[in-house]
Amino acid sequence: MQGPSSDLPILFDCVDIRRGSALLLHKLSFTISAGPPTVLIGPNGAGKSTLLRAAMGLIAPTSGGITWGGRKAPSPTGRAIVFQRPVMLRRSCAGNLAYALAAAGAVGADRKSRLADLLRLVGLEAVADRPARQLSGGEQQRLALARALARNPKVLFLDEPTASLDPSATKTIEDLVRAVSERGVKVVMATHDLGEARRLAGEILLLHRGELIESRPVQKFFADPSTDAAKRFMVGELLL
Amino acid sequence: MGAESASALHLLLTGDPALFAIVRLSIVVSLSATILAAVLGAPLGALVALTRFTGREVAIVALNAMMGLPPVMVGLVCYLALSRSGPLGAWGLLFTPKAMVIAQTILVTPIIAAITRQTVEDLWVEYREELAAMNVGPRRRVATLLWDGRFSLTTAFLAGYGRAAAEVGSIIIVGGNIEGFTRTITTAMALETSKGNLPLAIGLGVVLLLIVVSVSTLAWGIRRVGERFAG
Amino acid sequence: MNSAARIRARVVLLAVLTLYGAAAGAQADGRSIVVASTTSTQDSGLFEYLLPLFKQKTGITVKVVAQGTGQALETGRRGDADVVFVHAKAAELQFLAEGESLKRYPVMYNDFVLIGPKSDPAGIQGVKDIGQALRAIRDKRAPFVSRGDRSGTHLAELALWKACGIDIERARGSWYRSIGQGMGAALNFAAASNAYVLSDRATWIHFANKADLEIVVQGDRRLFNQYGVMLVNPAKHPNVRKAWGQAFIDYLISPEGQRAIANYKIDGQQLFYPDANDRGA
Repeated sequence: MQGPSSDLPILFDCVDIRRGSALLLHKLSFTISAGPPTVLIGPNGAGKSTLLRAAMGLIAPTSGGITWGGRKAPSPTGRAIVFQRPVMLRRSCAGNLAYALAAAGAVGADRKSRLADLLRLVGLEAVADRPARQLSGGEQQRLALARALARNPKVLFLDEPTASLDPSATKTIEDLVRAVSERGVKVVMATHDLGEARRLAGEILLLHRGELIESRPVQKFFADPSTDAAKRFMVGELLL
Repeated sequence: MGAESASALHLLLTGDPALFAIVRLSIVVSLSATILAAVLGAPLGALVALTRFTGREVAIVALNAMMGLPPVMVGLVCYLALSRSGPLGAWGLLFTPKAMVIAQTILVTPIIAAITRQTVEDLWVEYREELAAMNVGPRRRVATLLWDGRFSLTTAFLAGYGRAAAEVGSIIIVGGNIEGFTRTITTAMALETSKGNLPLAIGLGVVLLLIVVSVSTLAWGIRRVGERFAG
Repeated sequence: MNSAARIRARVVLLAVLTLYGAAAGAQADGRSIVVASTTSTQDSGLFEYLLPLFKQKTGITVKVVAQGTGQALETGRRGDADVVFVHAKAAELQFLAEGESLKRYPVMYNDFVLIGPKSDPAGIQGVKDIGQALRAIRDKRAPFVSRGDRSGTHLAELALWKACGIDIERARGSWYRSIGQGMGAALNFAAASNAYVLSDRATWIHFANKADLEIVVQGDRRLFNQYGVMLVNPAKHPNVRKAWGQAFIDYLISPEGQRAIANYKIDGQQLFYPDANDRGA
């Protein structure tokens, strides 16, 4: 599964990320390989968002190194990210998507057809001409996902995509994520919803205070967490 | 008083050629200056907003301060520069509408640049991460910020136009208020006031207000239509 | 978005160019000269009457830049005007002495009048002597407005104070208001504050905001105001339109031009008295 220009595996080698006096990530070492989704869980402030941004290539480590498919700083064309509170451009829904497609290099008829496909995939055809900032939370999240998919990524990062959504919108997003993963895209997702982690993950990474506590296949993690911190987290006793 | 003021409007409606020439020149000079100021000022404002350079804070303070450039001073400096005895005398621009446009462009550019800078900077803070995630390059980034900030930038344009349309201090010096050539509504108002023709001066002022309100309404209309399509 | 932006840019450019073309077309320059003159001459309406006659005869458009006398002569010194047409003989002779012009031609004179409130705070109703009137104003400390802008009128006013033995710099108090503006502004000020003011007759007749003011003293020989016209020296300023400028001067002093000047009337009153043939003027 590893082509010559693939971003996978993403290797974190003893990564520290510091901002000012705060140490956001500490001695983080792990690998993200191709396959079913990797889900990050952990309490607030654990560093999940920071980890996703670093893996996307938006933040550079203060010490240690990150490599993508063995390369130090490849162009981000194969990766895409959906933020927790996505920012809508001041255009229509379709306009936002067209913008993302153009930024990714799609032109002309190709752009038009992919625009239609993506709108259909995320179910936003009905509101294509509505100003994006007037869409509901769930619709905006779907649009952000479509914008990310417009880049034809091999790796898709999602930062708590269902955190502010109601159950039905949550289900829609989860179904989309599952469908995308089944198409062969590597999904790396952060969530605070243990149920969602269980539903979607192939592999769980538990973060706490910037450190990696556990990294295990999902079944094993939930059946028999090996660390004390994991056990406490599962019963909701591991807060900040 | 009402009769004379009404007569100014009456002249306008019946297409009195002298008044028509004054009105047309007013619109041409102020609009040209504002457009030129936008072409110069918007990219300048965006540049200051987006690039980090030593003295950036000073540049921002300077831009904001220059919004209050005294028109008479700008007029005087332009006069000295464009006079036959001045460095740019060979261009022969003094006492022509072009000189008036130059002076007003100098007055309006800081307004548009300063407001653009604020708009772009605020928008950049909001869009920064998302644009980085979409791997948007620098040139497209500027275009996006300017386009998405278009409503605030329209306000900047209107503020600039208002300043140009209302001022008299600079254009009366560099233009010379020559009848039929460099006389605008504001300079005509100054002249009529000095002749004691106060009602006519006020009438002209009403005409000027109508123009400014029309421009403002037009911009508002464009904005409403635009909002409906883009939000 | 990019192609849309490009189209928009082209539209804007087209708009600006069209606006420009409109403005430029509005004044297809043709044959024109710039004449620096005074605000009082412009305010009198003489140019609106005279210039179309000149244009009809010669096809030359005269662009009048109306400033104070001092500024008008300065404009001539800078070479920004082709002809200067002012009414301050001493300053004009100085201009000649500097070599800024080669010849001064007397054209016409008008007169100054002392304007004052009907309530007559200085008690000079019926006085014919301007010196007597000014002394009374000074003694009674009656409000007086001065143009204070080194214009021909202002210089004439200063000369009058001097002629009746008053050192105005010493004698002035809060009753003497020097406003640094043109004749119309001075008249507005006097109307609003019921003060005395020295004005040229033409501007006074043309002035539309007389309020409670009226002519108090007139006809005194010392109140006469002589106009002179000069071509800016082309040797000093090669851009001067010598032939057309001289044509304007020649018109002003010609019998035809002098007749036209005499015929200019407001409310049936003649404002300017042609005297191009008076060598001493």
